[in-house]
Amino acid sequence: MAKQKKQLLVCGGKSCSSHNSEVLYDNLCLELEANALENEVSVVRSGCFGLCHLGPVVMVMPEKVVYVKVNPDDTRDIIAEHLIKGRKVERLLYHDPVSGKIIPEEKDFAPLKKQMRIVLRNCGIIDPENIEEAIAHDAYEALGRVLTEMKPADVIRIIRDSGLRGRGGGGFPTGLKWEIAYNNKSDEKYVVCNADEGDPGAFMDRSVLEGDPHAVLEAMAICGYSIGAGKGLIYIRAEYPLAVARLKTAIRQARDYGLLGDDIMGTGFSFDIEIRYGAGAFVCGEETALIHSMEGLRGEPTVKPPFPAESGFRGKPTNVNNVETFACISPIILKGAKWFSSIGTEKSKGTKVFALAGKINNVGLIEVPMGITLREVIYEIGGGIRNGKKFKAAQTGGPSGGCLTEKHLDTPIDFDNLLAAGSMMGSGGMIVMDEDDCMVSVARFFLDFTVEESCGKCSPCRIGNKRLHELLDHITKGKGVPADLDRLMNMSMVIKDTSLCGLGQSSPNPVLSTLNNFREEYEAHVTVKKCPAGQCRDLMEYFIISENCVGCTACARVCPVNAITGERKETHTINPSICIKCGACIEKCKFDAVIIR
Amino acid sequence: MSSIKIELRQEDVAKIKEICTSFGNDEQELINVLHKCQEHFGYLPAEVQEVVSDELSVPVAKIYGVVTFYSFFTMTPKGKHPISICMGTACYVRGAEKVLEEFKKELRLQVGQTTSDGKFSLSSLRCVGACGLAPVVMVGDKTYGRVAPDDVRNIIKEYEK
Repeated sequence: MAKQKKQLLVCGGKSCSSHNSEVLYDNLCLELEANALENEVSVVRSGCFGLCHLGPVVMVMPEKVVYVKVNPDDTRDIIAEHLIKGRKVERLLYHDPVSGKIIPEEKDFAPLKKQMRIVLRNCGIIDPENIEEAIAHDAYEALGRVLTEMKPADVIRIIRDSGLRGRGGGGFPTGLKWEIAYNNKSDEKYVVCNADEGDPGAFMDRSVLEGDPHAVLEAMAICGYSIGAGKGLIYIRAEYPLAVARLKTAIRQARDYGLLGDDIMGTGFSFDIEIRYGAGAFVCGEETALIHSMEGLRGEPTVKPPFPAESGFRGKPTNVNNVETFACISPIILKGAKWFSSIGTEKSKGTKVFALAGKINNVGLIEVPMGITLREVIYEIGGGIRNGKKFKAAQTGGPSGGCLTEKHLDTPIDFDNLLAAGSMMGSGGMIVMDEDDCMVSVARFFLDFTVEESCGKCSPCRIGNKRLHELLDHITKGKGVPADLDRLMNMSMVIKDTSLCGLGQSSPNPVLSTLNNFREEYEAHVTVKKCPAGQCRDLMEYFIISENCVGCTACARVCPVNAITGERKETHTINPSICIKCGACIEKCKFDAVIIR
Repeated sequence: MSSIKIELRQEDVAKIKEICTSFGNDEQELINVLHKCQEHFGYLPAEVQEVVSDELSVPVAKIYGVVTFYSFFTMTPKGKHPISICMGTACYVRGAEKVLEEFKKELRLQVGQTTSDGKFSLSSLRCVGACGLAPVVMVGDKTYGRVAPDDVRNIIKEYEK
């Protein structure tokens, strides 16, 4: 590596690899060989850069020049122009959509400017399949310091003082969790990493595992030392084959280097990690359900207490943390609790990774300090709403969360403010919606998910959510009555108050928050039977504007149910009681006479 | 239980036993065992579950409970080209529902079904993590991004030959 002058980093994240970044990688290697440059320049498959909307992305190191939307055919130009002649390939550089300026270097990218990378520090920078690169970027240094210089209680104190709170959703103080597990004496304890990322629209954990797996392994070992556990388990979704493969490689390499296994770094501390697979059940993100699933059972939650810290995996004290939480640990040890607690707001310290998606220009993974406003996230990092539409709402916390609206644009984002706004931090999905999205349909969509994922153990969740879904479905089909809105409200409160686990307790949140923020939209559905966003098909009406209609009969001929009548050269009309709303007439009409109202 | 009755061959039974042994016949490894079995057979018919039950000494009812609990496990064989439409939130707000409707119409299938010639099966899944490409459709291992209802016919055509 010492002789190499340059590196080409090819993003190997999901979005980029779906766009042929594998062929791109192969082509770059071939092209380098053809120019006899293979000894001077290396090609590295890196983790996600977080620029998913610009993929596939190639970064030239050390100058950090970024090429976007690179085709496999573009590799010749990158090698011939940039590497050999030293000229940047202008047509592949990023053009700022607002200013139209060309932005060659990563540091000047608008989507990256407001960001701060702690969790994603190495993603997109190192080759995740090479432990030496990770070590060169400080991996395992914190573990070494902990094992040689610190007592378990010291480590726990640092984590507690840093103010780190669990990133999986609940926001429980991590240091406190470790302390409880530490205080429960047992000959056998376990450290579990929750990588069962089930929130639809969130992919931050996957990106960390694919881009920097050692960050998680190291932190699990630190946790093991602190609470007195010798064994770690990673519970990961089987739907993430690339992350699984990279974890396996990383575990093997760490064992080879003596960083996992018996007598780590000659300190006498032993810790090893195994992988357990999930099989697609959202409820398994809940600690007790996750533990049952790891024991080969149905992933049903049980009543807490006892908490896993007292009696968890195989009945032993178990500490469960999420991937992102673990990824914060090493930087805290190396840079100190004070540094970490200087970032963020009063009660939410550090950064948070969000998967920004939906109707926004810059889709991708972002890491921002706690306390950033929604406005900064959407308009500065996200580049605004697509197609110049109007912002309507952002859903955080996935199916357990709620929506933030225009009035929340300037609220600092942290655990407590989101709860106060009727949403929650959740694992970090952030889906942006515009004026065309019907909030009743959105609530129904989330309930659709909850009904399917409810494990069925307790009745409020099993029956109540089903009933909520039925009501919402009726409303979107125009069969709702005004009293339904109160029914939704009451039922939601009952489900929240009486469900056994976090899934049921939070499942009505999307209903409550859309009902609170967009009540007039619900009312339009149940009183005048209209969908203001024009999304609910059953509430749409096809209509012919008489001024535009020339009476060509094209629409009447194409209508499959003969709902359109009218004489030749005279205005036609649609009979709404026969119309099946197939849209054939709109497509056929050359005079824009057919509209949906 | 599943209406499909199959006869396991001698070597199939041997394969299941081999998988169970590789996990030390430990009942806590049930989910890992089922993953391996599904990898091998493509699905988990009742007959396979019965062999696993004998090997791990777990009642077959409990195994059936686990198989039906997790959405990753299936008791019906998938088509040669399994089509999955991502119904994650990002895909949903960008119109995945219309794409799914189009697939249902074109293939005359409901979600969870397989065509009678065994060529295509249709399923919806929750977030493949390619939200930048929403809406996303997977056919086998291949990912199609930014799919519009109009693209559906062409995607199916690619696999009809």
